[in-house]
Amino acid sequence: MATVVLLAPLVGALICGFGWRLIGEQAGQVIATALVVLAAILSWILFFGSYDEAQRIVLMRFLDSGSLVADWAIRLDRLTAIMLVVVTTVSALVHLYSFGYMAHDDNWRPGEHYQARFFAYLSFFTFAMLALVTADNLVQMFFGWEGVGVASYLLIGFYWRKPSANAAAIKAFVVNRVGDFGFALGIFALFWLTDSVEFDTIFASVERLAETRVTFLWTDWNAANLVAVLLFVGAMGKSAQLFLHTWLPDAMEGPTPVSALIHAATMVTAGVFLVCRMSPLYEYAPEAQAFVLWIGAVTALFAASVGLVQTDIKRVIAYSTCSQLGFMFVAAGVGVYSVAMFHLFTHAFFKALLFLGAGSVIHGMHHEQDMRNYGGLRHKLPWTFAAMLIGTLAITGVGIPLTHYGFAGFVSKDAIIESTFAAGATAVFWLLVTAALMTSFYSWRLMFLTFWGTPRGNRHTHEQAHESPRVMLIPLAVLALGAVFAGMVWHGSFFGKEAAVKAWFGIPVAEAAAAHDAADAPAARPGEGAIFIHPDNHVLHKAHEVPAWVKAAPFVAMLLGLGLAYQFYIRRPDWPAALARNQAPLYAFLLNKWYFDEIYDWVFVRPAKALGRLLWKQGDGAVIDGGINGLAMGVIPYVTRLAGRAQSGYVFHYAFAMVVGIAILVTWMTLAGGGK
Amino acid sequence: MQNLLSIITFLPLLAAAILALFLRGEDKAAQDNARWLALIATSATFVVSVFLLAQFNPADPRFQFVEEREWIFGLRYKMGVDGISILFVMLTTFLMPLTILACWDVTRRVKEYMVAFLVLETLMIGVFTALDLVLFYLFFEAGLIPMFLIIGIWGGKDRIYAAFKFFLYTFLGSVLMLVAMVAMYVDAGTTDIPRLLRHSFDAGPMEIMGWQVLGGMQTLLWLAFFASFAVKLPMWPVHTWLPDAHVQAPTAGSVVLAAILLKMGGYGFLRFSLPMFPVASQIMAPLVFWLSAIAVVYTSLVALMQEDMKKLVAYSSVAHMGYVTMGIFAANQQGVDGAIFQMISHGFISGALFLCVGVIYDRMHTREIAAYGGLVNRMPVYAAVFMLFTMANVGLPGTSGFVGEFLTLAGVFQVSTWVAAVAATGVILSAAYALWLYRRVVFGDLIKESLKSIADMTRREKAIFAPLVAMTLLLGVYPALVTDIVGPSVASLLSGYHSALAEAQGLVRLALN
Repeated sequence: MATVVLLAPLVGALICGFGWRLIGEQAGQVIATALVVLAAILSWILFFGSYDEAQRIVLMRFLDSGSLVADWAIRLDRLTAIMLVVVTTVSALVHLYSFGYMAHDDNWRPGEHYQARFFAYLSFFTFAMLALVTADNLVQMFFGWEGVGVASYLLIGFYWRKPSANAAAIKAFVVNRVGDFGFALGIFALFWLTDSVEFDTIFASVERLAETRVTFLWTDWNAANLVAVLLFVGAMGKSAQLFLHTWLPDAMEGPTPVSALIHAATMVTAGVFLVCRMSPLYEYAPEAQAFVLWIGAVTALFAASVGLVQTDIKRVIAYSTCSQLGFMFVAAGVGVYSVAMFHLFTHAFFKALLFLGAGSVIHGMHHEQDMRNYGGLRHKLPWTFAAMLIGTLAITGVGIPLTHYGFAGFVSKDAIIESTFAAGATAVFWLLVTAALMTSFYSWRLMFLTFWGTPRGNRHTHEQAHESPRVMLIPLAVLALGAVFAGMVWHGSFFGKEAAVKAWFGIPVAEAAAAHDAADAPAARPGEGAIFIHPDNHVLHKAHEVPAWVKAAPFVAMLLGLGLAYQFYIRRPDWPAALARNQAPLYAFLLNKWYFDEIYDWVFVRPAKALGRLLWKQGDGAVIDGGINGLAMGVIPYVTRLAGRAQSGYVFHYAFAMVVGIAILVTWMTLAGGGK
Repeated sequence: MQNLLSIITFLPLLAAAILALFLRGEDKAAQDNARWLALIATSATFVVSVFLLAQFNPADPRFQFVEEREWIFGLRYKMGVDGISILFVMLTTFLMPLTILACWDVTRRVKEYMVAFLVLETLMIGVFTALDLVLFYLFFEAGLIPMFLIIGIWGGKDRIYAAFKFFLYTFLGSVLMLVAMVAMYVDAGTTDIPRLLRHSFDAGPMEIMGWQVLGGMQTLLWLAFFASFAVKLPMWPVHTWLPDAHVQAPTAGSVVLAAILLKMGGYGFLRFSLPMFPVASQIMAPLVFWLSAIAVVYTSLVALMQEDMKKLVAYSSVAHMGYVTMGIFAANQQGVDGAIFQMISHGFISGALFLCVGVIYDRMHTREIAAYGGLVNRMPVYAAVFMLFTMANVGLPGTSGFVGEFLTLAGVFQVSTWVAAVAATGVILSAAYALWLYRRVVFGDLIKESLKSIADMTRREKAIFAPLVAMTLLLGVYPALVTDIVGPSVASLLSGYHSALAEAQGLVRLALN
């Protein structure tokens, strides 16, 4: 069954991508969509299975060089099962949605075929993502890792006539490659240290790694920390964490369904998945964990702060994604991997919902993306409005404080914030609460600017604004269901009693101990169960016992953000501009995304180009060629004489002479040498 | 069959002789005859070589299909293949029919052109099958001549300069190798390669004009071979002949040059330097590592700024050869497996990339990147093929380009993390230059007036690319096809290498201090 889930999207991509000329574009799209839907249905069946032990299904040999052996294989455990439903569900809905969204597109000329190509890319992406999450070794994971990168590159640059789309696509790929560089080094280091790239073997040797010191580059490292940090660099690239985040906002150049699927729900969460998959390693690498924690926390705050001032509806949501991914890394950083996965799971629903909702708005507004030109749209787009409202309630974390009844984001985000406090990372706790406040503010700002107030911008566009067709609204409805209920339904499995969580993730717990207090249960070995929790790691347990004010803090922050947004965009719409004028430097700083793009351009791009030109003209041209040509000065007259002849047709004679000459030379030298 | 290797090696030469002796005239019919004969001869060679591969026993690391005969002047004619060389033979026979197809539209001196390629094929196969020092040298050197002529006669505007630069660089490198070969004969008393492989050359320190030479005789011999192979491969900083040669060479010439001729250098390291001079290899490995790492970064940066498509691909070739050299001298299974894999894979990928440039050069007669843009509008098939090979060049997993880079880096990492880390930045830079090239040539709107009527690939062109696409993907998904054949021979080579080092441990320790 898992094999079908993995390969169905690939088959769909191939049929749709290469076969559409034979069977027609429409048929290709339908087949691709049907296969992904099939994968989604099977994934849900797998999801409801139980995973006491990881299953391993070998499909084919892959790499085999000495002790470096990796198969094309599927590792099926709870972690994989969670990712399978997330990926295939969102992908199936996005396929469906795209029938409506991509039906007409002004970026293409009449008669141009683009739909089948789009669906083929989507299906190919789905396959690569599934290959990533089902991998049982790091090399296959790397295949999926780069495969989704390519799919993302192709889809961001889907409108290949637009220079901005091309630039964004290259940027996404190259920045991701920086992350992949770290990931690859991590794999090499692991292979060097454990002589394997397979998860089972690696997990079995993490304790030894934690006690090993190795020399890497300039200094000595703890082996576990080194590997964990290197792998995390890969995760930073894919999950757009601070310093490697610059590609994500630009990636919004792609069609909106792409943003929902790749740049919100699935691909960007691959980094979080990687850290959770490698949890046995991270549990033995405390410094690396701290690194993950802080990068996550700062990203959560940074991205939220930039999100406050963006005017492009998709960019606001993109920064929001970046920020939410930071939340997930914080959870992983404090050692509650189940909670990181929880937020990944719920986030997939409400963020895909927000993106597809935004896509519906954009679709209805003739590809207008600037929120300054929206306003009052709740009457024109009632269903979209309802969906976006649910998404906003979910992301901002609306629910009943001190219980776990609420929208999906309420349950999972609060779980992260509580765990952070329980882990003793008080500073990070406050960072996250601040980020939650900002989240609430920018989310409601988006809603108020889009759906409330009076219509702004082109009047004609507003008059023509229309609700999207049913094929686009149904996916919204399904995702809305998830955004409302995903948190409450699966709260017990991801963030309930420790014993329940462990049971769900297949971590063995001794029967007797489980009956009493789970915290005292004998420790599982690294590699047993889908995630690993170090015997000394009690954060999950303690997170349930934090003071009430800690549990209430994110809720209060949410209310504050809502209130501020209401004040700024409903009651006094003149305030934002006034504040921007008063605080011009701060506003510019945020609007220009903390100037990361400019700094990178000056520090990396320009020097690389300048160096390339220098090495070419000076290095190759002047020094190497100059030097050697100078040496050859004596030969040149001879060369020119020969050159004259070469053109006159005697070259064959020369060639023959050379062969004979060499033969004689060799023979003579050999005989002479032999005679000695 | 007893003479299988000789048949494969000399079949193209036979065809060349027939062409040269019996074909007369320059009219259309004669030209067609020349083309068809060349195509049939190279295809037949490939078919025969498939039998060779089928009968080859990968589990046996010794030389197989060995032929040995008396030859002139007391020299011996000896041929044979092992797991290291057989795939290079296959690569050559596989690519030559495609190369012939690629120059189907050439109309100048067609007969001579075909003769040159056929002779070249014989010489290239000979390099990989020769088991006698003199024979090897003959094939190795003589291969220069047809290539020299291909560039010099059928090349571009500055072909004479490029041809002589190519010839002089490679020839001067080889002169030193010749001297070393004579010295080896004197020392070992034989030119038989299998026997030389078992011979241990003196590695005691040596004093030359007051300079202490660690590894002594071995190091000197190693350096002499290095001069030849490093130029051939090419390694930084003796790579500058390659971009010039590529730019001026006709498309088919570039394909052969990049796909096969360069591999002779890597093959030489594996056949001579590493197994025959283990102590010297150990001593000199850091030098090779750093030259390789510099090559990767340096040429990738240079590639970034190129304005000529062929030059860009040529520089990218040099960068990829950097992985080969560092993998070889990492002297572990992953490194050497990866190096061989990288050479095979690069044969397909760089060959295909030069063909991609050739496709649009044939239409527009310019290689300047700025002259293109928006080709996807009119050439969707071309865009797809070019995209695949761009991604393969970038080392995307699932294509053959990934396996070589991954294995060599995994091998090097075990020896030097610094070198691996520096070289791995090539992963980032290659993405930058390759995708930027693709974007400027293929993506964007088609604005330029001159491109408005450009046509997509013809059936002949598709037929050339199809096998390359298939091999690139097949090897990317199932690399065991190569590693199964290569593995045992490499393992035996390495065990010999490491036991020789162990024997000479004192010398190496001395050397490393």
